Amino acid sequence: MATYFDNKARAAASATNGASSSKVAPPKDIQNLQPWVEKYRPKSLDDVTAQDHTITVLQRTLQATNLPHMLFYGPPGTGKTSTILALAKELYGPEMFRTRVLELNASDERGISIVREKVKDFARMQLSNPPPHYKDRYPCPPYKIVILDEADSMTQDAQSALRRTMETYSKITRFCLICNYVTRIIDPLASRCSKFRFKPLDQGNAKKRLEDIAENENVKLEAGAVDTLIKCGEGDLRKAITFLQSAARLVGAVKVSQPKANGHSRKRKVIEDDEDEDAMDVDGVDDTMVTIRSIEEIAGVIPNDVVDGLLKAMQPSSRGAVYEAVAKQVTDLVADGWSATQVVTQLYQKIVYDDTLSNKQKTKIVMAFSDVDKRLVDGSDEHLTILDLALQISGMLAET
Amino acid sequence: MALLVDKYRPRSIEALTYHEDLSERLRSLAQSGDFPHLLVYGPSGAGKKTRIVTTLRELYGPGVEKIKIDSRVFQTTSNRKLEFNIVASVYHLEITPSDVGNFDRVVIQDLLKEVAQTQQVDQSARQRFKVVVINEADHLSRDAQAALRRTMEKYSPNLRLILLANSTANIIAPIRSRTLLVRVAAPTEVDICKVLSKVGKQEGWAEAEGLNKRIAKDSGRNLRRALLMFEAVHAQNEKVTDKTLIPPPDWEALIAQIADDIMAEHTPARILLVRAKLYDLLSHCIPPTTILKSLTFKLIPKIDDALKADVIKWSAFYEHRIRLGSKHIFHLEAFVAKFMRILESYLMGMDF
Repeated sequence: MATYFDNKARAAASATNGASSSKVAPPKDIQNLQPWVEKYRPKSLDDVTAQDHTITVLQRTLQATNLPHMLFYGPPGTGKTSTILALAKELYGPEMFRTRVLELNASDERGISIVREKVKDFARMQLSNPPPHYKDRYPCPPYKIVILDEADSMTQDAQSALRRTMETYSKITRFCLICNYVTRIIDPLASRCSKFRFKPLDQGNAKKRLEDIAENENVKLEAGAVDTLIKCGEGDLRKAITFLQSAARLVGAVKVSQPKANGHSRKRKVIEDDEDEDAMDVDGVDDTMVTIRSIEEIAGVIPNDVVDGLLKAMQPSSRGAVYEAVAKQVTDLVADGWSATQVVTQLYQKIVYDDTLSNKQKTKIVMAFSDVDKRLVDGSDEHLTILDLALQISGMLAET
Repeated sequence: MALLVDKYRPRSIEALTYHEDLSERLRSLAQSGDFPHLLVYGPSGAGKKTRIVTTLRELYGPGVEKIKIDSRVFQTTSNRKLEFNIVASVYHLEITPSDVGNFDRVVIQDLLKEVAQTQQVDQSARQRFKVVVINEADHLSRDAQAALRRTMEKYSPNLRLILLANSTANIIAPIRSRTLLVRVAAPTEVDICKVLSKVGKQEGWAEAEGLNKRIAKDSGRNLRRALLMFEAVHAQNEKVTDKTLIPPPDWEALIAQIADDIMAEHTPARILLVRAKLYDLLSHCIPPTTILKSLTFKLIPKIDDALKADVIKWSAFYEHRIRLGSKHIFHLEAFVAKFMRILESYLMGMDF
């Protein structure tokens, strides 16, 4: 049966040297307008970054010619969808991909009726034969794949309707469920699948990937910019890549509008003392610099001095003065449009890593944080909630 | 006659006054031909919508200003019919999915797919893609947001989204990671003053700098409100000076009155009196959050410093309750009662 995979040697080789290689260089001009996230989506299993364990297991199962039902779970931007798409492409190649793979996600209607009709019909369908000699290039195993992306947003009913379908047609159909939270998949489904956990990307791999992309796209990065990207991305590679592209667009796009910008000298002046300075100075040269600040601005990260200002205002003095100072800081913060969740996150990081506070204080403060987070998610007014949080913390700081 | 707010709304990116670097960025994005999905957020009256409209104009030319209103009917899976209004030009659509409440997912799925699957009809159009502007994106249900996720990736050649929101708190992370976040901060008081004096000059009104400054301060950095107040002052007075009184909106005056009532006496009878006034406010469609917030900020200066943190705490608490509950008056009244109790016990020197 191993003859399915004439690329077995390659697979074995790559299984040993890990999956961190990335040799994606698609023709640039055609895909110019694509988001980089799509453009640099891994084309094969080997290209998938940092999920060594999962990839190894998958490649082993490939060599064994059989695929179990699969359940991929993990935080966003870790390569779940990419992995299964790459796997399907390797299995079927471009021509058979359409007839053998059904991809459904939350943007499609996925109620119980769809599971009963569309999914079942597809699962039941007999296999079409690959064209002659096609098998030499692609393994084309005798089963189809149904990909249910974002499966945790399926209703319980729809999930239970899948149960029997998965078993009955398991000879000719494999299911792959993808979700963020494995707990939202009902147990009977989860037990029918082999689970693969996708862990958040580690620094090294993410960094390498981002640097590769930057190099491919001719984007110059300021020293430390990659680290900022990774920090802002919080382990989500897609986020990091989107940030990178947006930042590159902002600084790079200035170049396009340059002839016009010269006409508006007032506007131009404004840019020049902004971070785009480098872009404006190197007329004619087509590379620009992405700075740390521009990335933070795109990611919506609040500048450190603003957060520090708020923290300083919260420090205990006489209680009344605290209120005035805090209220002013919070009003400014809200008027400047900083998102409340971001304020909470950054404040949290500052306070939790503050060594001058006692553990007891921290415990109390963290409880306030949890309460506020819940309120924000419920849609409470940001101004009042943040003000409340700040005053509560300030009160707890005063307690000794 | 149009209101000043509409009359002097900037129509092109050049005409935008404050946040020059942001305007410049939007322009370069529009001109680069590689326009990303945008998520524009900021407090109200900061100029989010104005910036979007000018950006659209930069993208497509004056054609975007010819808009018409379509009424469409969508059918849910349970065969309920939903009426839905769409503001559309040849190049863009503007929708407010939160109009249909819990069924916003249906609208998002049907409408966006339909738009995304049809190409731009106008061959002479500057861009190949259409833009869909989604208002009040922070009120979209989780389902609708989940439905957006893959649509955004899959149909990106034909479709760009611009989401407008007051805060990013309710936007799920996957959407945030797919969009370019654009923060529109409220204009500073200096910015507002500049705008006011410019508008005043164009209208031929005598300028009173002190008045402008006070308006800017009272508006809470909300330019729309500042302009409305500015117009009101000038409409009511023949001649304005630095000392002209700024007439507060009726509801604010009433809330100030409530605050005085609450401070004066702490008895059940007084709560009854306040209840009538609160009902009055609610029946005039003043949002309960606004009532609670302005009441709190009116009360704060009147009380002792030691109590302020406590009052804010309960105010935030009842605001949350208002958000979760369905009968607003309960929570407003509960806040009033709580406030009286806190104040009374403080005055009596007792600790409850």
